[in-house]
Amino acid sequence: METPRDTSAPPSDPQPSKGSQSAAPNLAGSSPQRGGSSLSDSGRTGRRGDAIFKFASSGSGVALLVIMAAIAAFLTVRAVSAISADHGNFLTTSDWQTQADPITFGIAAIALGTLISAVVAMVIAVPVALGIALFISHYAPRRIAQALGYVVDLLAAVPSIVFGLWGALFLVPHMIGVNAWLNQYFGWTYIFHQNEPGTQPRSLFTVGIVLAIMILPIITAVSREIFLQVPRAHEEAALALGATRWEMIRTAVIPFGRSGIISASMLGLGRALGETMAVATVLSPSYVINLHILDPAGSTIAQTIANQFGESQGTGRDALIAAGLVLFVITLLVNGAARLIIARRKEYSGADA
Amino acid sequence: MSSLATTSQLSSSLTERRLPRWMPAVNLALAVLLAVAIGAGFNLSSKPQWLLIAAILYVVIQYVTSAVVEGRRHAKNYVATSLVWVAFLLALLPLISVLWMTISKGIGVINANFLTHSMNGVAINQEGGGLYHALIGTLEQVAIASLLAAPIGILTAVYLVEYGRGNKLSKAVSFFVDVMTGVPSIVAGLFILSFWIIILNMPFTGFAGALALAILMLPVVVRSTEEMLKLVPNELREASLALGVPKWLTITRVVLPTALGGIVTGVMLAVARIVGETAPILMLVFGADTINMDPFNNPQSSLPLFVWTEYSRGTDQSQARAWGGALVLIAVVMILNLVARGIARWKAPKGATR
Repeated sequence: METPRDTSAPPSDPQPSKGSQSAAPNLAGSSPQRGGSSLSDSGRTGRRGDAIFKFASSGSGVALLVIMAAIAAFLTVRAVSAISADHGNFLTTSDWQTQADPITFGIAAIALGTLISAVVAMVIAVPVALGIALFISHYAPRRIAQALGYVVDLLAAVPSIVFGLWGALFLVPHMIGVNAWLNQYFGWTYIFHQNEPGTQPRSLFTVGIVLAIMILPIITAVSREIFLQVPRAHEEAALALGATRWEMIRTAVIPFGRSGIISASMLGLGRALGETMAVATVLSPSYVINLHILDPAGSTIAQTIANQFGESQGTGRDALIAAGLVLFVITLLVNGAARLIIARRKEYSGADA
Repeated sequence: MSSLATTSQLSSSLTERRLPRWMPAVNLALAVLLAVAIGAGFNLSSKPQWLLIAAILYVVIQYVTSAVVEGRRHAKNYVATSLVWVAFLLALLPLISVLWMTISKGIGVINANFLTHSMNGVAINQEGGGLYHALIGTLEQVAIASLLAAPIGILTAVYLVEYGRGNKLSKAVSFFVDVMTGVPSIVAGLFILSFWIIILNMPFTGFAGALALAILMLPVVVRSTEEMLKLVPNELREASLALGVPKWLTITRVVLPTALGGIVTGVMLAVARIVGETAPILMLVFGADTINMDPFNNPQSSLPLFVWTEYSRGTDQSQARAWGGALVLIAVVMILNLVARGIARWKAPKGATR
């Protein structure tokens, strides 16, 4: 893709000078008398137009960078003013008291909650998404595969509030049995232990399931693209050596797509970390550190912002902005890392097209 | 040793023993039967549990029969195949359930009254009311966001493809476009909150929400437009430049029209993405039950915000309205998607090599 466009660059630069030497006298001499066609007119204004247009388009690119910088800058300014008013340690306090007299708030509990829900989502979603991606790329008949790819893309567009509504009104009542079962047989693992069995499962575990369903389409879509890029020759070579289909996938497809799988998962992780409404509808928040993921406790950063926003003023809002800054930095790191992995892979695999 | 014995020996060593083709079906039936027996026997009430047991049993039975007849390698292959199928079916269940719930619960609420009335004066435990105010709000906010984001996004893509060509600025822009795609919507909302509302002291309006939506829309527009511009055959540019047409006219008269279908598709997909955003609207537009046509003054509502407020009111009637709003929202998003993909199919640049 790169090389042909690069060769087109030189002609565009010497073009004005060449035009003025040979072809231009004819054109410029005759056309203005006829009122000027749009082409020769533009030949006159071409340079100014070029300059303006180039300025506008590169200005847009710069504007985009400025927006990103401004997001970081403005969030930081407000966050600093909030943290200086904080009577607790911002990083280790788990409480969120912005109305009380000694204002104390910290991200310990909500950052942990964000992490837990995202981890639960990843544990469920990544294997399933890879399964679907493999199904579409290597198992399903071609026509069905195309239709499925299409359906996956459509599902990626379902708004998060709809998943939230479904999670709160359909999934939560249906999770009671599952929770009791997990508590009964896997309570000894600590994480599946319920302090009060039988409570409404508005827990980080349920949130994790909803998030898993929401990030399935994006992980599937990205890893499917990678799997479809596996060189045909590698696969056929594996099959010719007598490999079963699974051995072919394990020896040819997975190694080729490993970095793609990682970055797809990280894109999903970024989305799970920042999801707001699906968490806000499902979870009943509390600002305590609790590693029993079936208990209706804990909260996430995004959900805290959405829930507390309505009743917060002044420093309370700044405190939420500080939490938002933490979320911004986390998602920035996760997404940046994912993109770097994709970019590096492109360089050494040569699979540019 | 007779020749007959040799050939039979040869054939048995050259072709491995395989399971007959009907074996998986038989195993599946067996697994389902066993699962039903276990489910009924232990009186397990939840049907998903039966399904799960059947799936596990099927994988186990398949593995054992295959390992006995064909060897472990083929048995593993069967397990992998089954797991892939299970993953696929497992993922379909919740997704179908989401759509089914939304449609079945939402369809009962939607009627002409629901679409043409606001929630003004409707008590939370009263039936009726509608989302007209939310529709207006969504339309206006999304239109403003598109007007802001589409030109900047398209120009940025033009810069990346036509001018940048791998210099440092374009690499930085390209990287941050990718990173920007992952900015959570609530962070975009917080940014506008701190900049527009707290520092510039502006009121909560539809326009403030539109600013946040524009930020979310921008990277999607850039990325899709960039892809489309890359698909425009280079010969078109060269031919135009060789005729003495300046570069900016080449771009606006030749390159952009060629890619127009794809660009429109990209913008519409971006619109479809931001239509469903709730968090920034919740923070910046603040919500209203009355019809407010003016996006620059006073709070408005929007479809996702309507779903959220009706859900959090908590009564049966308001939750029914929430489902109705969700159905309208999904319908809007799906229509946008389908139209966008339709355009993409019609207007795909022809003869493009990729």
